[in-house]
Amino acid sequence: MDSFAMVFTIFVLAAFIGFEVIAKVPPTLHTPLMSGSNAISGIILIGAILSAGAQHTWLTAGLGFIAVVLATINVVGGFMVTNRMLEMFKRKD
Amino acid sequence: MSSGLVNIAYLIAASLFIFGLKGLTHPRTAVRGNLLGALGMLLAVVITLLDQSIIGYEIIIAGIVVGGGIGAVLAVRIKMTDMPQLVAIFNGFGGLASILVAGAALLEVAVLTGTSSAIAINAQFSISTFASGFIGAITFWGSLVAFGKLQGLTNDGSVRYPGDQIVKVVLTIVILVLGYMMVMYPDSSIPYWLMVIVASVLGILFVIPIGGADMPVVVALLNSFSGLAAAATGFVLFNSVLIVAGTLVGASGIILTIIMCKAMNRSLANVLFGTFTVTEGGPSADEVYGGKVKATSPEEVAMLLEGAKRVCIVPGYGMAVAQAQHAVRELFDLLEGHGAIVEFGVHPVAGRMPGHMNVLLAEADIPYERLKDMDEINPSFKQVDVTIVIGANDVVNPVARTDPDSPIAGMPILDVDYSKTVIVIKRSLSPGFAGIPNPLFAADNALMLFGDGKKAIEEMVKCVKEELG
Repeated sequence: MDSFAMVFTIFVLAAFIGFEVIAKVPPTLHTPLMSGSNAISGIILIGAILSAGAQHTWLTAGLGFIAVVLATINVVGGFMVTNRMLEMFKRKD
Repeated sequence: MSSGLVNIAYLIAASLFIFGLKGLTHPRTAVRGNLLGALGMLLAVVITLLDQSIIGYEIIIAGIVVGGGIGAVLAVRIKMTDMPQLVAIFNGFGGLASILVAGAALLEVAVLTGTSSAIAINAQFSISTFASGFIGAITFWGSLVAFGKLQGLTNDGSVRYPGDQIVKVVLTIVILVLGYMMVMYPDSSIPYWLMVIVASVLGILFVIPIGGADMPVVVALLNSFSGLAAAATGFVLFNSVLIVAGTLVGASGIILTIIMCKAMNRSLANVLFGTFTVTEGGPSADEVYGGKVKATSPEEVAMLLEGAKRVCIVPGYGMAVAQAQHAVRELFDLLEGHGAIVEFGVHPVAGRMPGHMNVLLAEADIPYERLKDMDEINPSFKQVDVTIVIGANDVVNPVARTDPDSPIAGMPILDVDYSKTVIVIKRSLSPGFAGIPNPLFAADNALMLFGDGKKAIEEMVKCVKEELG
């Protein structure tokens, strides 16, 4: 299998899993789902880290730095605010 | 560390994201699910920091400290009513980060041509970079406009001008031409950045015509795009965890977009490109309401509530605007203490984003078991003694069921008119977003309690307390 077919396979299978799992999330938790998604899409942070750390040119390092800041806002902010909301649902147990 | 081990670690991280999302299928397991997701992220980041290509950590650490600080402050300070704005801005940040990472990868390839770069220049690389920049730019600028509308900084109505669709088509063609140039001249960054600029304009024009009432759909769709932009960057960098995580977010946003469209009985194309026509025909407000609307007082409502075994509260965004959640909670406690069963009927578009109303009620300490979605609560309205509608209008308009010519015909609604008595708390008889009168307000079993939502509920609480002695 060539490399494109391989990454494309990963993409399609992940889409199937995503639809299966997320269709079961109840409407009550749709807002935490969205903020949690924000945190997960912060995975772009690892691409940003590679750009900022490799420092090929000052320009790529600069773009990498801004991307690290933005992605970390999403990761930290996303997981924290999701946790804050979910605790509100939890303490009624 | 060998690339095999790195990829195994990424696989574990991706699995943790999936387990995390699975945890979100129930409020009891949701907190743990969120922590599993965070653990997956931590693992992915730590493994990446060990990559041999990293020669300096100063920039990375500075970025993480700055971003982490901003993120933490936002997460702690944000008011729950403002969650849609926060999600919108996070969507935008994700999109912008994708533009920058793909742009940096393109520059690196240009610098490293002929050296042992891990990234190969071919059409697939160019197309993936194009997709990251294109989706990222639409997401970033579209989200900024959505944020502005939600925050009330810009006109939250639908802004249209003649020929707007033609302008969008022309811009799309220009973007595709620039994409073609990216494939033809793969080591030049110029077509990429030009394309990002044009896509930015398209992103702004894409969201500007969409009215405030449709923002839940737009925010959900941009949520999906932010994930797809990250997945596209995964194709650029050949990185499995970026592809998996980005695609999961893409799927989540698309599911929510479809749910929101169904709840408004409109197609996605209609939300994005059509206009919500306010029809001139149909009965006028005078014909519907003339002499038939009965006003009530908090005292009368308290008497009705005293005899009620089953009460349903239907909140709309008007309740959140009036900050009436905590007063509602007090009423809930009183009635439950008196032995009544009190449930909340939550329409999918009750708030300003999917699930928003549930969060606002949870914040006011309403147990989640009492929050019922439309499909769950609708069959039980016939057994409800008193339904209280606070700040909702179109989502309880029976015309959606009865008049096939109405602009909201076929929209799923909460069947509050089937309950024995309906109390509607509203400032006036003014129409909702659909711009049509609501015959519910003139129904035989309906009583109008005119006034501010919070004050009305507080007075009701006072009267119920006196009534129950």
